[in-house]
Amino acid sequence: MPDASPRKLVEVRNLKMHFPITSGILRRHAGDVKAVDGVSFDIFEGETLGLVGESGCGKSTVGRALLRLYEATSGSVVIDGVDIARLGQKELRRIRPKMQMVFQDPQASLNPRMTVAAIIGEPLAEHTGLRGNARLARIHELMDQVGLNRAFANRFPHAFSGGQRQRIGIARALALNPRFIVCDEPIAALDVSIQAQVVNLLEDLQDRLGLTYLFISHDLSMVRHIADRVAVMYLGQIAELSPRDALYANPLHPYARALLSAVPEPDPTLESSRRRIILAGDVPSPANPPKGCNFCTRCPQAQPVCHDVKPPLLEVTPGRHVACHFVPPITAAAGSTGGPEASERNRQGEDR
Amino acid sequence: MTDAPTAPAPRPRSQARAIWDQFRTHKGALFGLIVLCLLVLFVVIGPLIWQPEKLRVAEALKVRNLGPSWRFPLGTDQLGRDMLYRMMQAGKVSLAVGFIAMMIAIFVGTTIGVLAGYFRRLDGPLMRLTDMFLALPLIPLLLVLVMLFRDRIAQVLGPETGAFVLIVFAIGITSWMQAARIVRGEVLALREREYVLAARSIGAAPRRIILRHILPNVISPVMVAATLGVAEAIITESVLSFLGLGFPPDFPTWGRLLYDGLQYMQLYPERVLWPGLAISLTVLAVNYIGDGLRDALDPRIRGR
Repeated sequence: MPDASPRKLVEVRNLKMHFPITSGILRRHAGDVKAVDGVSFDIFEGETLGLVGESGCGKSTVGRALLRLYEATSGSVVIDGVDIARLGQKELRRIRPKMQMVFQDPQASLNPRMTVAAIIGEPLAEHTGLRGNARLARIHELMDQVGLNRAFANRFPHAFSGGQRQRIGIARALALNPRFIVCDEPIAALDVSIQAQVVNLLEDLQDRLGLTYLFISHDLSMVRHIADRVAVMYLGQIAELSPRDALYANPLHPYARALLSAVPEPDPTLESSRRRIILAGDVPSPANPPKGCNFCTRCPQAQPVCHDVKPPLLEVTPGRHVACHFVPPITAAAGSTGGPEASERNRQGEDR
Repeated sequence: MTDAPTAPAPRPRSQARAIWDQFRTHKGALFGLIVLCLLVLFVVIGPLIWQPEKLRVAEALKVRNLGPSWRFPLGTDQLGRDMLYRMMQAGKVSLAVGFIAMMIAIFVGTTIGVLAGYFRRLDGPLMRLTDMFLALPLIPLLLVLVMLFRDRIAQVLGPETGAFVLIVFAIGITSWMQAARIVRGEVLALREREYVLAARSIGAAPRRIILRHILPNVISPVMVAATLGVAEAIITESVLSFLGLGFPPDFPTWGRLLYDGLQYMQLYPERVLWPGLAISLTVLAVNYIGDGLRDALDPRIRGR
């Protein structure tokens, strides 16, 4: 892409997050749960990258490893030019205000023994010298921003509805003027009518404050609404990473196709003719993923090659990356997001 | 909401005020607090008001084992000593031992529990230490402790203060294990809560996370352990005194009075009744206060 293109704010390269399995009395290391196994993607400044996939595919782990709430096994996470994965605790603390998180369960993400003012004020107390009235003023400003009544400042989280709690969580995330926010299924625990409010709030804030989101969700319609580009994850790896419209119009990876065929159609006549792709079998255990393509055990188009060779995530048309042997990549000369170099970097989990 | 949007938002209300307001609604807790205050007044102010007459030995022998009268409101014991005065003296020591030993136990237990629960690396060693303490037979351990150190501490602090310090320390140091286990379990669960994760994503130091997010949320089990601890400490002290290893024999504590009265129980049951009643009242009052405090400290219950 030419230089006029938006700047990359987040660059994730070959991120792996393995959780050790120990067994026996001696707690010997018996293997790893490969929750995230070599994921690479970029997030451009001001965009929303949707991250979708079924439960247990590693979406949330990616989000948490990105903010280094988990220590990644390997790989790099560069946010605004700094490799988060290798920073010392002190430098990490200094860079924390740039990246924040909105959590899935608004009930669990707010300390039940702190007032709203204390919750929203906590990041301010940690990172700014704001005291007393100045802090209170900032807290009120944040409450205004997310549409909470200032009079609620002294109440405790249990007195709020789910949507209001999520607004408190968003206000806390906004307190330090972050540039990048990981939204970890921020709407999954909410009522449908409240979901729309929260998503609209997130979009509003993005427009006003120029935020960049990683929007993790399993709600495909909601991702379609909010995301600019969408990454489809399966078993710890990215199956397809495409601009939203292209992906929803014509998913290229067989898993993405199956996943998107599950989205209900609001129009009854279209809905009756919708063809769902039902996958056979279960997701393999992330402790013991299949040898070749990790989707080969369930893929309707699996060929012998799929069981042996892991397909790299390659750019197939400008801006679209697919990890499948049967989606032919564009030639290196096509020269878009970086050609062969990008494909090189986007390889998944091969160099184990 | 009735106030106009332009109205200034109220200042954060003081937590202490809200806690007290909730505490007051708990009848049992209020009753417990009153009883405990009366007991404390009884043992602290009482000796200032009620001065027993100074009797010579011959006179004292004449007034042995008396029942209640205006001269001796609670009667006298087998040596002709005024029971009311002894109850006051005894209560001072018993209450002090109970509360200070409980505080030591809770402090040590909570510290070890939080460290073991929060820092995975410390979990193994600290919990094995706890197991070790639990496996030690308590009474023999206390006996050995007292035997070894009583004289040395008595040399430094005098026999009575020395015995007090030693007993409080000995009881505190042998009764923190339950609290440590309970707190560790709670902390293990709390550490994975999303609000702790949120605090970490802000970059809060572990010390801050523990003080701000973990400790306030383990307060309920700690409170229960603490209220039970007071009773246990008072009883343990009386056991020690009974075995002759606590305070010197002429130094009254409620437990000691109870055991002294035991021999005469059939003839003078009130001799056992008064100290027993005092211990029970203290324990009951502390339990109710703990109950009320636990509720008052929980904002989910508060204001309901």
